Amino acid sequence: MNELARYLRVFATFARNSLIRDMTFRTNFVLQCVSSLGWTAMNVGFYLIIFEHTGSIGEGTGWDRERFFLFIATTWFINSLVQTFFMPNAQEFSELIRTGGLDFALLKPIDTQFLISFHKVDWSQLSNFFAGGLIAVVSLWQLGTREVDPMVPTFGSVILYLIFLACGVLMMYSLMICLSATSVWLGRNQSLYNFWFYITNFSRYPMEIYNRGWGRPLFGFFTFVVPILLVVNVPARILARPLTPRADWEWTLVMWAAVVTLISLFASRWLFRRSLLSYRSASS
Amino acid sequence: MSSAATEVDYPPLPSPSISQQVGVWWMILKTSLGERLVYRGDFALGTLMRFMPIITQIFLWYAVYDAIGAAEGDDATEIAGFRFRDMVAYYLLTMIARAFSSMPGLASGIAKQIREGEIKRYLIQPVDFIAFLLLTRVAHKLAYYAIAVAPFALVFYLCRDYFVLGWPPLHVFVAFCGSLIMGFLIGFFLEATIGMIGFWFLDVSSLLFVLMLFSFFLSGHMFPLTMLPESIEAVVTFLPFKYLAFFPAAVFLGKVPEEDLPMELAIEAAWLTFFVVLSRFAYGRGVKRYSGFGG
Repeated sequence: MNELARYLRVFATFARNSLIRDMTFRTNFVLQCVSSLGWTAMNVGFYLIIFEHTGSIGEGTGWDRERFFLFIATTWFINSLVQTFFMPNAQEFSELIRTGGLDFALLKPIDTQFLISFHKVDWSQLSNFFAGGLIAVVSLWQLGTREVDPMVPTFGSVILYLIFLACGVLMMYSLMICLSATSVWLGRNQSLYNFWFYITNFSRYPMEIYNRGWGRPLFGFFTFVVPILLVVNVPARILARPLTPRADWEWTLVMWAAVVTLISLFASRWLFRRSLLSYRSASS
Repeated sequence: MSSAATEVDYPPLPSPSISQQVGVWWMILKTSLGERLVYRGDFALGTLMRFMPIITQIFLWYAVYDAIGAAEGDDATEIAGFRFRDMVAYYLLTMIARAFSSMPGLASGIAKQIREGEIKRYLIQPVDFIAFLLLTRVAHKLAYYAIAVAPFALVFYLCRDYFVLGWPPLHVFVAFCGSLIMGFLIGFFLEATIGMIGFWFLDVSSLLFVLMLFSFFLSGHMFPLTMLPESIEAVVTFLPFKYLAFFPAAVFLGKVPEEDLPMELAIEAAWLTFFVVLSRFAYGRGVKRYSGFGG
């Protein structure tokens, strides 16, 4: 317990220092928020245009406008948390390896993975979390008050939603740790961010759309091998539809997401420690 | 620069002959080409990866068309004049258009050279700054195409069924090539002009990011501009951003009526001239403001 409190205190210091840094360059901070929000607005505009032409994403999938925007909000929650807390650190990690700066991290009397993954917080990215909140509130309101098939999520589904939202963030975190661990072997991993973007791109839409023709292998791969399709889909499905009745496969999917979260956390931890063993300092 | 020369009475530089000038340009081109070809493996892989978001787009649009009516078949559903297969072909073609018109690091590079005083070099040496940048960029693009042609060919071969009409007639194809080349030049001079803002403001990176976002949306990289609501579409199609992605793709797919092609290309050329003049003007004004210290 004492140990946990110590880690929490260290994390609070990291968060405070990052905030102080951000507040030193306040105009830059505001501009960064504005540009993230601009990106969000553009995406929302794109989806609104799509829904000008169609009633739902996919025939009979039930992803109509309000529900799909709940999906988008979920994506935004998860991505903004990842980009606030993990992305700046992962980007720095490959640089630490190249320059040999990792030596200093290894010497500190604290868990290396903790130090590497949390020491920087990009507070400006959190603006998208609030944008996601706004999207969620608006679409929940519209979903609850619309004429056809209105729906208000129950307390139970909100609790489950929050749990699996956290699972989604943890899955993304594990994936990111795995990706950055590879930079120990590759020496340099500049395309990490690109690769991250291209992979997570698959998670941004309802998984049903991949379930046809040559999409099935992709569907299987991204559900069972690199489970990024579960990250947004599982929590979004929980919130967007009543908890009962649900098909058996949906509950299986939810259970699988919980199991996968644990597996990927342990797997990424293992991979990270393995990669540290292969680290050869670059300095002196 | 010219004003500085009139104030102080230096002996005039001998103006270089045409062959000397061409020699200098050739050297710049060759150097940048060599510089670029060093990282070819990384390049090819990176290009192939760039097509991955298209996979998501294919499935997303199939789902959308499927929900409205039929995605395939003889009476397939149309959205804003695009059937499902046209839509996929559109995204693939915008990749080509962006390969011409995108200028990674150009504007920020100019701003950096201004900020760090590197630009002094071009004020002293008998090399024109904008011409130098253009030639380096041409070399970078040539090197890029030399390597990217393989992944592009592979992807287009795999996706050939999405091009329902096959190759367009020759004159349309010529117009397509023309729009690509002008797209490259518009992209270059537009970004160069933006980079010149660095003469007035020290840090332009955030401003650049906002402009990039706009150009991403308004160029039609995200979706065909004809999908926009009519009132917005009228404004957006008037702006020059569409030449960076939407226009070449629309030409290739025959979405621009053939009798309008010459006029459309003429308007594009007019925009190009506008940005050439604007970048020259901004550079001239900027250099007058600029003061370099140290060496």
